[in-house]
Amino acid sequence: MNKPVRVVPFDVEAVRAQFPILRTLLHGKVPLHYLDNAATAQVPEAVLEAVRAHDALRRANVKRGVHALAEAATDAYEAARRKVAQHLNAREEREIVFTSGTTGAINLVANAFGATLKPGDEVVLSGLEHHSNLVPWQLLRDRAGIKLRFLGVTEEGRIDTGDLDELVSERCKLIAVTHVSNVTGAITDVAAVVRAARTVGARVLLDGAQRASHGPVDVQALGVDFYALSSHKMFGPTGVGALWGRAEVLASLPPFLGGGEMIRTVTLEKSTWADIPARFEAGTPPITQAVGLGAAIDWQAGVDTAAAAVHTAHLADRILDGLRSLGGANRRIRVIGPQTMERRFPVIAFAVEGAHPHDICQMLDGHGVALRGGHHCAQPFHDSLGLAGTSRASLALYNNAGDVDAFLTGLDDALTKLT
Amino acid sequence: MDTLYKTDVLRLAAQATGAGKLADATKSVTVDNPLCGDRVTFDVHMGANSKIVAVGHTVKGCVLCQASASVIGAHAAGEDAASLEAVRESLKAMLKQGAPAPAGAWATLGTFAPVAGHKSRHECVLLPFEAVIQAAGK
Repeated sequence: MNKPVRVVPFDVEAVRAQFPILRTLLHGKVPLHYLDNAATAQVPEAVLEAVRAHDALRRANVKRGVHALAEAATDAYEAARRKVAQHLNAREEREIVFTSGTTGAINLVANAFGATLKPGDEVVLSGLEHHSNLVPWQLLRDRAGIKLRFLGVTEEGRIDTGDLDELVSERCKLIAVTHVSNVTGAITDVAAVVRAARTVGARVLLDGAQRASHGPVDVQALGVDFYALSSHKMFGPTGVGALWGRAEVLASLPPFLGGGEMIRTVTLEKSTWADIPARFEAGTPPITQAVGLGAAIDWQAGVDTAAAAVHTAHLADRILDGLRSLGGANRRIRVIGPQTMERRFPVIAFAVEGAHPHDICQMLDGHGVALRGGHHCAQPFHDSLGLAGTSRASLALYNNAGDVDAFLTGLDDALTKLT
Repeated sequence: MDTLYKTDVLRLAAQATGAGKLADATKSVTVDNPLCGDRVTFDVHMGANSKIVAVGHTVKGCVLCQASASVIGAHAAGEDAASLEAVRESLKAMLKQGAPAPAGAWATLGTFAPVAGHKSRHECVLLPFEAVIQAAGK
């Protein structure tokens, strides 16, 4: 018999109080209702303070300096690496490479892992990917002669893992897919992807940009080889993210960028490379930002993320119900993705016949509601739907019922004017 | 925000003057806005003197983009690429530098003056001009 689920009351107002920006009045009069968290989440006071304190008290370059500030900065930077490793349940801290973000992490793999591929090798992607997990592979295809193959997308907006047997052949060296779609919110069946990859000895990369902000990730349980994330979607600073890679896989790869701490020795004739993760951290890394990311992970660790997930799922249900109610004979509203909150995260994209997403978003801005409109860097997926773009509401744990109500009221008003 | 979607803009978009494919087009150009995925196609029928005889447009875009294309649909006949470019520069100056609205037949473009305060939307108004200028060019 299953244990009863422990329902913990989630004090969203206590969480909101920690985010100064949520007290903002937009246009000088309307409260902010921030529903663009899939693009960038807001930052709590604890992270703002950690960033300020680092630059005020410990600002120095890392690794090479012997003075006290350099030691302190290096300690803080490496502590942040430890926190990312814990957040992802990595086996070792050296499996964490700081990057500029998810895009930087995937480009790193496309270049370093890509350098090991031969013409005719295949990389399997899907039709649901963010451009950041598509364009780097197109660039690799064009310079290395590899072939790209694409998993389809189900009508429900999920990656169609039923295509795996057909698409994953002995020539496949990597399957690179999103963990959670930034358009449909659907969670990918990672187990199926990993099973297919292992049958042919291929590696698996997950784009975790949309997943890592919703609580800890267990890369060991997922069984993948690479995991990419962005700080700015995890309540941390912009300009930093991380690549997790299995130590033995990372250690087998050549560097991508050259210079800075990524070397072991340098002569005029040749250079040799540092061990991981330094091998992949050329130049001065985003030190303060990494410290901020560490603080964001600390902050998130203090939140009951399971209770927060229940809270955001309830809000997302209200949005889905509200969209159904607002639709009708004269308003055709189409939710792109799963129609319930089963196996998905609270990212809800929708299209309204006769109303352009930018017009909807602009009008909602007048109500203080921040939404995202456009193709969300997933143009091929939108093309497949015959849409130039969609409007997207994406929730974070600090959103409340007032945000949802403002969104639905604003949308009703916008559609009255536009349709 | 309210001024951005004032009745005049909505009316222009709804009128959709010149909307549709042009059967006897001498040239057709499609331009995209990479930021939002909007797409505008302008078909033009050019006269012997390199002046536009007729236009037709297909807009997959927002209300501002549709309204801008509609203005072009109403006033493009008799213009050439150079004169349209002058109109576009005048429109751009209105949006980006607070210059007065274009004069004469194109004065309707003054309807878009409130867009000046929304930089991310300037391209929505300018994209149809990009398409028609390319279509009317050599």
